[in-house]
Amino acid sequence: MSTDDAHDPKFGEYGGQYVPEALMPAIEELADAYERYVLHNEDGFMDEFRSRLADFGGRPTPLQYADQLSERYDTDIYLKREDLLHGGAHKLNNALGQVLLAKYMGKERIIAETGAGQHGTATAMAAAHLDMPCEIYMGETDIARQRPNVFRMKINGSEVVPVTVGRGTLKEAISETMREWATTVENTHYVIGSVVGPHPFPKMVRDFHAVISEEAREQILEQTGELPSDVVACAGGGSNTMGAFAEFIADADVALHAVEAGGSALTVDEEEGVAPNSATLSTGDEGVLHGARTKLLQDSDGQIMESHSVSAGLDYAGVGPELAHLVDEGRVTPVNVDDDLALEAFHRLSQDEGIIPALETAHAFGYVEKYHDDLGDSVVVNVSGRGDKDLETVIEETTKRDLDIAPDMSILQQMGGSGL
Amino acid sequence: MGLEAAFTDEPAFVPYLAAGDPNYEDSLAYVEALAEGGADAIELGLPFSEPIAEGTTIQNAIVRALESGMTVERYFDFVSELDVNVPLVCMTYYNLIYQYGSSEGPRDFVARSAEVGIDGFVVPDLPAEEAGPLREACDEFGLDLVFIVAPTTTPERLERMREHVSGYVYVQARLGVTGARDDVDDATEESLTRIADWDVPKAVGFGIKTGEHAERIVSAGADGVIVGSALVDIVAEGYEDGDPTDEIAARLEALARELKQGALRGAQERPQPERT
Repeated sequence: MSTDDAHDPKFGEYGGQYVPEALMPAIEELADAYERYVLHNEDGFMDEFRSRLADFGGRPTPLQYADQLSERYDTDIYLKREDLLHGGAHKLNNALGQVLLAKYMGKERIIAETGAGQHGTATAMAAAHLDMPCEIYMGETDIARQRPNVFRMKINGSEVVPVTVGRGTLKEAISETMREWATTVENTHYVIGSVVGPHPFPKMVRDFHAVISEEAREQILEQTGELPSDVVACAGGGSNTMGAFAEFIADADVALHAVEAGGSALTVDEEEGVAPNSATLSTGDEGVLHGARTKLLQDSDGQIMESHSVSAGLDYAGVGPELAHLVDEGRVTPVNVDDDLALEAFHRLSQDEGIIPALETAHAFGYVEKYHDDLGDSVVVNVSGRGDKDLETVIEETTKRDLDIAPDMSILQQMGGSGL
Repeated sequence: MGLEAAFTDEPAFVPYLAAGDPNYEDSLAYVEALAEGGADAIELGLPFSEPIAEGTTIQNAIVRALESGMTVERYFDFVSELDVNVPLVCMTYYNLIYQYGSSEGPRDFVARSAEVGIDGFVVPDLPAEEAGPLREACDEFGLDLVFIVAPTTTPERLERMREHVSGYVYVQARLGVTGARDDVDDATEESLTRIADWDVPKAVGFGIKTGEHAERIVSAGADGVIVGSALVDIVAEGYEDGDPTDEIAARLEALARELKQGALRGAQERPQPERT
């Protein structure tokens, strides 16, 4: 399914396996399983994966023509509806693939990290579906601000383990899950949530999500007879991005835009070690984090910065090594959208198309809203997830900003509280 | 080569502390207390914001050190200022080594380390496969590069490490991350057997916290013991209780002495190998 060398842990200069020695045998075992089951369909693994994605996940997801947006922007906009996948986001593609792979490998237990809770939720669903015990590591700050997802994970039968070190967000949760894996590698598989980490994770996670672009490519050819001019996807760690781009990379005429979170500003505060954005591809530089060489938000010493975005799912100081490589090669264009524009686009899509997007996804639409004149005549936008999880944040952030496009929420104040 | 010398004649006691924990001045006193207590070499942690190989104890030490203002430059100042007569090993993560200086790669970091008197490195997130450039820089400046052997390390990987390792080999006593434990794992003995014919000294770490542990590890054939979390615990408890610096330093020195004595007893219990 992929054309690159499965054995090569690198994407140009990026990627690799920068992990503690105790984990090396586990990732070597995983690299071997990836090659056999995923790339060579041993024991019919990929057949079972595809069949479960259809029956349990609801694939294929539609490629929908967006009537109102196409008219507004005067270009054809097509929506790849990953928000309609079971769980409400693209995340299930990877979670189901890895939990199933763990079963084929004879592992008895699943661990995973989660930031916003979307990957944790998808992993908890996949683990319940495939009858595997599952523990999800989550920073305590994120537990507090993503309560609905904590409930969903617990309701699906997973344990949620709070991570208390540091700021208690995704970065700390990944580090903690790696530590836990180092202790339990012999019977446990770590389901990483994005195209990050040591080889083979970036390639394997990409391959599980590549079904997005595989379907989208077929669907647009069927609907229009032509390839799109542009594909637009938001990018945090980059899993939906790589999924939406993978099968278009060889189509040199299709422009690929990775939209990062510009947060509140693109500058960094060295003193405080904080970057008020997550625009790793646009502003980061090369370094080593969580097992891979990639682009990072870091200070001049190489200490990792605390990133920020209104969207918890984009809030990460690193990015997938393959995306970093594709940006350096000039194949993918990194762009960014700040919190304000993302919120505006959130309301636009909700009002014009009747689709409430995840705040992550709203960044992709923010880019189209502002730069549609620079795009070609047929644009595929990946709707990576739905926005139910973000409503509280959106109402709070919208009220702060006094956006013209936002609906009048004063009815909620009259009723007292947020009303949610 | 500096580090190997620490293991000649008798089993070595190699303590670890994070530089700057809980602050620059106190940390200097603590590291010096370890030397006073009989350390043969010291692993001095350069704090990194994402220490994926460390357990809670050392993670918290790293947080305290970073919060009190430890940076890479201050670390080098710290090493220059340190008044000890034993070899120093810089233990840190690869990104800090890689980012340092104006040229790409680890050379600038190694050059500066050599200048301030560091004798070698342990880099937990740098496997042998990625270690070429650092090994080259170490050779250029005459520094050692220590590798960690885990209970799960495969024979093929052992061979790769053997090519790159110098100074000593760090034998990880059990799976998992750093942290003091009450038991000493059987995996230790097995790991020591697997690398018995390597010509670098074998130091065992992970979980050692008493003189008795040290004794058992050395009698099982180790050339030295590495102790981190049990010492960091003393710093952490003293810091939380607001104890005076010299009291904490005295406790560190006492545990250091206990561990060194334990290692020496262990050496007497085993059949003495022929030394040439």
